[in-house]
Amino acid sequence: MATTQENTTTEDGLKIVKDATCTFCGCVCDDIDLKVDGEKIVEAKRACVLGKAWFFNHEVDQRPSCLVDGQPATVDEGVERAARILAEARYPIIYGLSDTTCEAQRVAVGIGDWIGGTVDTTTSVCHGPSGIAFQGVGEVTCSLGEIANRGDMIIFWGSNPAESHPRHFTKYSLMPKGMFVPNGRKDRTCVLVDVRRTKSSKAADIFLQIKPRKDFEALWTLRALAQDVELDADQVESETGVPLATWQDLMQRMKQARFGVMLFGMGLTMTRGKHLNSEALLALVRDMNAHTRFVAKPMRGHGNVTGADNVVSWRTGYPFGVNMSRGYPRFNPGEYTTADTLARGEADAAMIIASDPMANFSQAAREHLASIPYIALDPKETPTTRAAAVAFTTATYGINVPGTVYRMDDVPIPLRPAFDAPHPSDLDVLRGIERRVRQLKSIVRVP
Amino acid sequence: MADSLFKIAGGTVYDPANGIDGQVRDLWIQDGKIVAAPTDPNVRADKTLDAAGMVVMPGGIDMHCHIAGPKVNMARKMRPEEKRVAPKVSRTANTHSGTLGSVPSTFATGYKYAGMGYTTAFDAAIPPLAARHAHEEFDDTPCIDKGFYVLVGNNHYIMRAIQQNEPQRLKAFLGWLLGSAKAYAPKMVNPGGVEVWKQQQAGNVSDLDTCVEHFDVTPRQIIRGIAEAAGELGLPHPVHIHANNLGLPGNWTTTLETMKALEGHGGHLTHIQFHSYGGGPDDQDTFNSKVVPLADYVNSHQNITVDVGQVLFGETTSMTGDSPLGYYLSNVYKTKWFSADTEMESGCGIAPIEYKNKSLIHSLQWAIGLEWYLLVQDPWRVVMSTDHPNGGSFLAYPQIIRLLMDRTWRRDVLKTVNPQVLKRSTLGDLDREYSLNEICIITRAGPARLLGLSHKGHLGPGADADVTIYTPNDNVETMFELPRHVIKAGRIIVEQGEVRDPVDGKTLHVAPDYDSDVEPDIADWFEKYYSIRFRNYPVSDAYLGDHETVACRQGTD
Repeated sequence: MATTQENTTTEDGLKIVKDATCTFCGCVCDDIDLKVDGEKIVEAKRACVLGKAWFFNHEVDQRPSCLVDGQPATVDEGVERAARILAEARYPIIYGLSDTTCEAQRVAVGIGDWIGGTVDTTTSVCHGPSGIAFQGVGEVTCSLGEIANRGDMIIFWGSNPAESHPRHFTKYSLMPKGMFVPNGRKDRTCVLVDVRRTKSSKAADIFLQIKPRKDFEALWTLRALAQDVELDADQVESETGVPLATWQDLMQRMKQARFGVMLFGMGLTMTRGKHLNSEALLALVRDMNAHTRFVAKPMRGHGNVTGADNVVSWRTGYPFGVNMSRGYPRFNPGEYTTADTLARGEADAAMIIASDPMANFSQAAREHLASIPYIALDPKETPTTRAAAVAFTTATYGINVPGTVYRMDDVPIPLRPAFDAPHPSDLDVLRGIERRVRQLKSIVRVP
Repeated sequence: MADSLFKIAGGTVYDPANGIDGQVRDLWIQDGKIVAAPTDPNVRADKTLDAAGMVVMPGGIDMHCHIAGPKVNMARKMRPEEKRVAPKVSRTANTHSGTLGSVPSTFATGYKYAGMGYTTAFDAAIPPLAARHAHEEFDDTPCIDKGFYVLVGNNHYIMRAIQQNEPQRLKAFLGWLLGSAKAYAPKMVNPGGVEVWKQQQAGNVSDLDTCVEHFDVTPRQIIRGIAEAAGELGLPHPVHIHANNLGLPGNWTTTLETMKALEGHGGHLTHIQFHSYGGGPDDQDTFNSKVVPLADYVNSHQNITVDVGQVLFGETTSMTGDSPLGYYLSNVYKTKWFSADTEMESGCGIAPIEYKNKSLIHSLQWAIGLEWYLLVQDPWRVVMSTDHPNGGSFLAYPQIIRLLMDRTWRRDVLKTVNPQVLKRSTLGDLDREYSLNEICIITRAGPARLLGLSHKGHLGPGADADVTIYTPNDNVETMFELPRHVIKAGRIIVEQGEVRDPVDGKTLHVAPDYDSDVEPDIADWFEKYYSIRFRNYPVSDAYLGDHETVACRQGTD
């Protein structure tokens, strides 16, 4: 695990942490200089509006580190109760994981293995369809520095980075002066495709407003044009909401680009068509490589959701929605994805790590979760922690806890925390639970 | 086990590095190392393993495989379909569950290598930017010692240093890079070609003298420059080369030119099978083997070593740092395709592939691999590999051993492949059979020597106590696929294929001395072009579990 001390200096009696990493979104900016006054971050140089909010609003939660059935308890008592819940369950679920370190994720997957449970991450409710599409057609992609150095045609699809990933434009995709785009923004064409104007459309040279729920048709229009297939202009316009000539112009520009990039968000993956939409986009980008260089990249949201995909994959072979109840990993999105499992009333225990399903799952899923014993780990009090049988208040990754996170382009980056928290880390708690689960499981043999 | 004495008694020992070829001996082990037999006859072992009638060898060493890091993990994600039908790896009281298929999960990788008697493996292609990822996976890959090679053949800083004729800067950068990534060796993959791929549609270099635009260097200059710098740094394994034009008919001339471009510097040409093809690039009907002239060159040039990259029939996954190759294969076989360009450093291509014994091309690839084993005279300079999983799984090594040791069986198999192979390769004319001692060389003693691992691949005092004990069998495939005991650092970790004691294993890496005056220049360049900060690039020791820094030699070459 990364440690941090070598980059800490002091200024006016305040601690300075250079090149700290912001874990608020998938950009994982690692160039933030923090000024720390005791247990408060007072300056976050280079952070965006979301990053500033992340760093400045972080105050150590004065709640107890552990609550069992809503009553204060020691961490050891909580670990004992949590381990018993998980070890005695017949269909336990471990869910969340996208806002914690890879070190903690690894232990969580290990627990899932020992208890024969399901391991699922928030990927299943954001870019899970992209993961499924990837299994179908593959992906042509690159690290973000490649976009900064080479990208001259940048297309955002169903994504609003101005609000969701504020530094993406300046740091990676539009503004940087790169090796092969020395004039920065002037050397790039930016296109935004979405169902409505957003703050991001102002940054684009071309904005295409397509009909809602018609992403699939729009992408296949482009696939057809890439291969010079003749299309019916009336049909294209009535289906996509955009005239054929506009699509033709776009395709012309795409073919003329030297290094094209398609960055896509949940506006594509979570609308009608889901993984078929992602697949259409990934296939289009693949097709474009017969004409020029083109790459695709999902705009991942949570700070370490990409790490979660990686950790679950290297330990089980599958990226999310993995069930180990038969003693070995099986993958079946829809069956082992938590929102679906809970909504069908199937699990009998759960452990939710750094996620808040009680605030954002369907009513059926929430009702079932509320009816089963579950454990929650979160730095803050949330609807999920409030209804948990065991709730751990944990230290915040990147602010109090070191470790590793993976940026949206799979680049692993170390964390440089600002100050210690009185609470244990997710890793500490999970290691305790794993130790105890292993003891319990060697006694309680499942037939 | 601290201080306790462990004796492996009466086994038939093969230890070619120490000149022992099938002699009955005792091995003594203490503190994870082989020790000399006690001189005092009253000293008794605390524990004795009776190996009478068994074959005893050092633990196997895989010097070229793909088992960790971003490319391997993408392939895991991309191929759920083959895991469905693969044998299951179930959790036990002391081991994790996992998945197989051509790209096993991390735990399964460790268990399966150990189960087959291999105790050390090196991943061959990690982008330095993703070194941290590889180390994290290594931490979840038990039972074996491991290390990796970092991709350097398309590194912008290196190409710039070559173009500006600054060999000292190149040498210092290479030392810094290997130390920063906690890597074991530098690896060139299609030098120059991957950068051209990044710059233009279907881009690649066509030969060693193609100019790489913007950097104004040629593959030949890159190969020579890096080989020279690696030699001067005294790296234990100077340079590992995946040559240009992999897989293309007629590529053997490029391969020969690559060997010559080393100009006497030490160099290892990897998965040489894929680089030994005659014929015209546009006509597959002319495809044929060119092992004979290439092996002649290797036989007469001591500075060159090779591993084979044997192809085996069946379904697998092609994965490479050679992006244009990934594009080529996915177009030829019409498969799904993954490609990823890493800024300033490298590329990546992944595509499923099925080798069919009715196919002329695939049958020839299979035969060409076997020709390499049989035509290199000195077994110390040819190493067993499948380029796992590119030619096939590492789990196929026992099958390759049988093909080499049993010419009757080899001829039987030859009858089942495309008959054109007999005309287009020399395999049908080759009578050579490997001895157990020679198998021991190409699977452990040889790779240890090529890697500069003086404490591995042999059973003399001071060696790591990594020992594999086999039950002899007339069918050597059976013998090698299920060792009776596997001992790692003095502990019995596997019995008859079952993992009893899943130790962690250690990470092997280098930390070369380099001129640190280069760092400010690297930092400037870094801040200009990389998307992460210079400070956040080097991998700290905290990422390494048990690890060992393997010493560099005094700078010579």
